[in-house]
Amino acid sequence: MTTELDRDQLLAPVLRRVLGWSALVSMVALVAFGLFGAPTDAVQGDAQRVMYLHVPSAWLAYLAFFVTAAASAFFLWPRTRATVWDRVAGASAELGVMFTALALVLGSIWGRPVWGIWWAWDARLVSTALLFFLFLGYLALRRIPGGDPVGVAKRNAIAALIAFVDVPIVHFSVEWWRTLHQQATVFNPELNPQIHGVMGLTLWIGTIAFTLAFVYLLDRRYRLAVLEDGQEERALDRAIEDRRSQAVGAGSVS
Amino acid sequence: MIWQEAALVASKDLRIEARARVAIGQILPFGLIVILLFAFALDPDRGVLARVAPGLFWVAVLLSMLLAVGRAFAIETHHAARDGLRLAGLDGASIFLGKAAAIALQLLLLEVVLGIGVIVLYGVDVHGWPIVLITALAATIGMAATGTLYGVLAAGLRVRETLLPLLMLPVLAPVMLGATRAFEDGLGGVPGDAWPWVAMLTLFAALYTAIGVLAFGALWEEGT
Repeated sequence: MTTELDRDQLLAPVLRRVLGWSALVSMVALVAFGLFGAPTDAVQGDAQRVMYLHVPSAWLAYLAFFVTAAASAFFLWPRTRATVWDRVAGASAELGVMFTALALVLGSIWGRPVWGIWWAWDARLVSTALLFFLFLGYLALRRIPGGDPVGVAKRNAIAALIAFVDVPIVHFSVEWWRTLHQQATVFNPELNPQIHGVMGLTLWIGTIAFTLAFVYLLDRRYRLAVLEDGQEERALDRAIEDRRSQAVGAGSVS
Repeated sequence: MIWQEAALVASKDLRIEARARVAIGQILPFGLIVILLFAFALDPDRGVLARVAPGLFWVAVLLSMLLAVGRAFAIETHHAARDGLRLAGLDGASIFLGKAAAIALQLLLLEVVLGIGVIVLYGVDVHGWPIVLITALAATIGMAATGTLYGVLAAGLRVRETLLPLLMLPVLAPVMLGATRAFEDGLGGVPGDAWPWVAMLTLFAALYTAIGVLAFGALWEEGT
């Protein structure tokens, strides 16, 4: 018997399974190419291999926050308002914060041998750190329960958009302030990666693997949110049922 | 109409403030002690203070602003004042503008006093008054608008005091950055650098005022 709770899935089970396996396979490919396939960087040495994780993490961080903002906008728009958007926004923000932290930590690990410092006051580093805190605050707000579920979801959606609007302002103001970071390699305006072919390929595999993993995790996190909400409702129903049966039992004795 | 209502809300908040004297009696001294503590942290004899005065000034303003925003919404929680204001039939936009204006005026007063404090205690000279004044105005409007927006978002939550700084400070980071850079120009007398920052601060203020006008009503009605 399938209940309404079982049917509340973000992706069809078949699609999810395919996605999960392809994420796993591409991750294995990333490990193989990143550690063995790609040549050692002439200048940076093996430290450069961290980039195969760092760049996809940073890309995913931006994608995740964009998904959060888009889902929040869909929730606020009365015609498309549905609980699914609220849950997607929350799930994506959690993943975004995780990937942002990963990008920062990996960048730091890379920066130590290559730049000689753990942290530089560089534009992209600073704006990524701010991004991390922006959405950490949003997650903290999401954790706070409220009375009316629609009202709370609306509050969360507005908070996500307020934070998201700040992203370009943070980006450009910090950019003006200082710049020393490497120019974008994969997504540079001319779209001609200026790196060795296999290195570029590995970066692409990493980006694809991380994106697949992101969608898969998003689906799983969504499902978890559904079950959490369902569990609360069920617990209430069960408690009421228990009380009722006790009352009936007591009635029959007397 | 909307301006009249906004003026009513602002005058209500300022009247409460004039009677309770929380901003004058608590928030302002707090800002001053922060200015004083910076001198303890950065040895005043080495001339560091005068060089970093713009940044210290805005950090002190930002920290004091957190208290001012908390206070602006704390006054609505007593005696069901919020319900009263809801029932008054005012538009959400005018309540937003009124409360933001009240916060902005209090912040401007705070900035004047802290500014005097910085000039006197840190030995700073002001070279470009127009830059300093316009920067302060634009940054203050941006801070007041953002503060009012987050204030209502967190109003009524039990964790308000701890949540507000986490929500607001990252959003206000560009304001802190821009205002400090522009002040460095205005105080240090290096002309030409400040105006792009002033433009950024103005854009920020306009953007968050617009978001507040649009979104405040929904947050105000939904909140507990």
